[in-house]
Amino acid sequence: MRCAGCVPPLLATSRSSSARPSAADLRTGATWGDAPYPVLVVDRYGDLVLVNEAGRRLLPAAEGGGRLWEHVPSWLSDAHQALLERGSLAEGGDVGGQRTGVRSVAAGLIDDRFFEAHPTGGDDGGVVWWLVDATDRRLAETALRDAQARSEILSKASTALLSTLNVQRCMEVSASMAAQHLAEAAVLVAPPQGRRSSVTYACQGGPVTQTTQRIEVSGVPGLAEALQGFPPVPARWIDPGDLPDWVIPDDFSGTVGSVIVTPLPGHGVPAGALILLRSSTERAFTEGEEVFARLFAARAGAALSAARLYSEQASITATLMRDLLPPTLRNVNGVEYAGNYRAAKDHERVGGDFYDIHPGADSSQETLVVLGDVAGKGLDAAVLTGKIRNTLHALLPLAGDHERVLRLLNGALLSSHHTRFATLVLASVRSTADGTQLRLTSAGHLPPLIVRADGTVEEAATRGTLVGALPSVTAETVLTVLGPGETCLLYTDGLTEARGGPLGDEFFGEHRLQRALAECAGMPAEAIVERVQMLASQWIGSGHHDDMAAVAISAPRAGLPGRATGHRDVPVSVNARNPQ
Amino acid sequence: MSHSPAPADLVERLWRAVVEGDESAAAATVLDALADGTTKETLLLEVIAPVQERVGVEWAANRITVAQEHGATAINERVIALLAHRSDGAPHSAHRGRVTVCCVDGEWHAMPARLVAEVLALNGWRVDYLGAQTPTAHLIAHLHGTNPDAVLLSGSIPTHLPTAHAAISACRATGVPVLAGGRAFGRDGRYARALRADRWAADARGAVAVLDARIPRPDVSATRLAVDDLPHLADQEYTLVVQSRATLVKHTLVDLENRFPAMRGYSDVQRERTAEDLAHIVDFLATALYVDDPDLFTGFLTWTADILQARHVPPHSLVAGLDALAQELRDFPRSLGLIRHGTLALRRHAGVPDARSGSLPDPDSELGIRA
Repeated sequence: MRCAGCVPPLLATSRSSSARPSAADLRTGATWGDAPYPVLVVDRYGDLVLVNEAGRRLLPAAEGGGRLWEHVPSWLSDAHQALLERGSLAEGGDVGGQRTGVRSVAAGLIDDRFFEAHPTGGDDGGVVWWLVDATDRRLAETALRDAQARSEILSKASTALLSTLNVQRCMEVSASMAAQHLAEAAVLVAPPQGRRSSVTYACQGGPVTQTTQRIEVSGVPGLAEALQGFPPVPARWIDPGDLPDWVIPDDFSGTVGSVIVTPLPGHGVPAGALILLRSSTERAFTEGEEVFARLFAARAGAALSAARLYSEQASITATLMRDLLPPTLRNVNGVEYAGNYRAAKDHERVGGDFYDIHPGADSSQETLVVLGDVAGKGLDAAVLTGKIRNTLHALLPLAGDHERVLRLLNGALLSSHHTRFATLVLASVRSTADGTQLRLTSAGHLPPLIVRADGTVEEAATRGTLVGALPSVTAETVLTVLGPGETCLLYTDGLTEARGGPLGDEFFGEHRLQRALAECAGMPAEAIVERVQMLASQWIGSGHHDDMAAVAISAPRAGLPGRATGHRDVPVSVNARNPQ
Repeated sequence: MSHSPAPADLVERLWRAVVEGDESAAAATVLDALADGTTKETLLLEVIAPVQERVGVEWAANRITVAQEHGATAINERVIALLAHRSDGAPHSAHRGRVTVCCVDGEWHAMPARLVAEVLALNGWRVDYLGAQTPTAHLIAHLHGTNPDAVLLSGSIPTHLPTAHAAISACRATGVPVLAGGRAFGRDGRYARALRADRWAADARGAVAVLDARIPRPDVSATRLAVDDLPHLADQEYTLVVQSRATLVKHTLVDLENRFPAMRGYSDVQRERTAEDLAHIVDFLATALYVDDPDLFTGFLTWTADILQARHVPPHSLVAGLDALAQELRDFPRSLGLIRHGTLALRRHAGVPDARSGSLPDPDSELGIRA
């Protein structure tokens, strides 16, 4: 960089010397005269003094001399004038319309070429203008800027399109981005569903609207082809006048001047078509823009196809899963039931634990509750829980004899191709005048816990072998009666084997479960299962766990309980409370 | 309407019914009021919500038992469900859009979210209510499936704020704006802003107003990481405290036993309760580190001191626990700052004497955080 002080005082002398070229000029002429760049020597009065060979080729009329402005475009003569007025070559600033930094470089078109004009000092306050042809560099720079802008748009589009797996949202985002970056308005047409198609409209800066309507696809040139996956029809073949009204968004002002119709390529089948509109007052789409529209459409199509695939898979999964999800429990024949289930993995809804309820036809009939645990977790285990639940449903008429039901279930499991075994608890419940009668049978499962009204917690003394592993099974059924406000809890070992706690590595364990239940005397069924699940979940914290299931069977409270005692030996949990 | 009973009377009647576990009396109170012309929104927000709030207050003051507290909440839930299926004669308002209402993963207090969901439905919104402790993965799958106009994320316990942050970022990354609410986000919504929720509302009616004004969709092209929102996380104190939670609790326990040999006589249950209390302090400390706000930690400590006061337990051992924890965290400047702040606030709040000059913790109350 040159500092101002180093620059010769070009314009400091008075107008005393001759306007004609001096001998010194002629001598210097010999050095620059053969330069490959056009060089113009201009004296401080604005007269063109000398032009070299390359300059004469560029500006043939300049050979005869005369005023600078008579021979060159205004950007150059203005730059010369500005230079004289400013009195220095070294300061940066706007010269000839282009800001150039420290040196006073002007730039502009001469004929159809783009030149940069670099001034250097000549004799007696004159200026020597060196013209450098920058046409190609400028083209390259413009192309680079365009490419950068487009790749930025594509990258933005990819991020935005990847953000959602919702088909409708994906169409909204595609149309909106297309209207923002490719055209004035964009219309995204989804493949027809029957006779109707979903159409998404977006105008630059406007809201996106979606409709489902019957449309005449063949009315738009190239649209039918695009929806069938044929190569796009060139934009210049499409007459905007042929467009039917439905294509033009309501808030599109003016008449359509040019149109691009491009397919959205999908997974083998088209994901739809994109129609881009530009009004007649704007320039028509160029071939480059058509190519870019196809690049954008490729991304939009891929995203849309992924979203469609996801929604199809999600709906298949939901259908298949429906029968595997635990049922909603409620009050049946005067007894409260509540269940809670948490799969081993947070993104799953089903696993190897299950429960089911088969309400008795009326209050004289028993209601059968079953809770169990299939070896393993995840979907494979869940499929077997479905089989067990179906089998038990079929065996319902025999539920008067739990052991017989278990024998038949065992036989069914042994004869199936599943190699997994299961443990379960059966509970037959009937509300009578003497309380709620329970028949409980465990098949290799943790015994149910009974929460009495006074807060004592009993283990039901039932035991039996697990099902699906051995050729024969045995089980002992026990009878018990729940008084008002008493609860029987069926649960899986996922709860008691929950690992965590304040020290990080302990089982929740049966003792903690029983201690927690002792606090729950008299609580409604759903409050008990929720509390048990909550304590186990908080015990685990962010650690791993198995499937966890619990079902509470409660006899409703008849009378009203005593008031709070505020007694010190009533354990109170500070856990999970809000301090604010 | 002139004949409808005053909400304050209804609150008193419903409170008596739920605390006595009398479901039919609770249902009758609310359904009779509905028949007398009280609107559903009034019943939800001016009768059921205050009763539920009182449940928490009475528990904190040790005037009701855990069983009563849970029973009351369960009955309130049932009353809300009952109400949802009755008409209050008001015209059905227009369909305004679709929203998802859920609780942060790990958050079991579903009542505030439930009330908001019911009130939004009354105000013409189509509501998908996902309930308590919604795993973030389920929430996002639901968003992909339904494309709602907004997610309303409820949180009551501040220790879920880091999880809430992950949920907020994930929702926004799918292009769905988040309206945060609940006490976890601070009385003034400061944590909702810190975690870059799009909006915050103080209550159900506030949420209705925010949704009516429409929330623009977030810019999905600007992907953000937690540390972009909260640059202080780069010091790793939060990460290290969370990762060493179990070790911190163990070491602090040993330190306390050395200071107070009487603690060695604790039963297993007492010892475990003390450990749980310490773990709780560490959880709140970590959360305060996450949002970089000492008020969050001091708020927890002074609230705990009040809980202790209600159970006639002097909370000086809380200060002893903090002191021991500070020894463990001596290389963590932000943690030490929070603990110092908390200790000062505790002393001012309850006149707790200096731990070293104070008496031993009451062996019946373990660390003293639980009664």
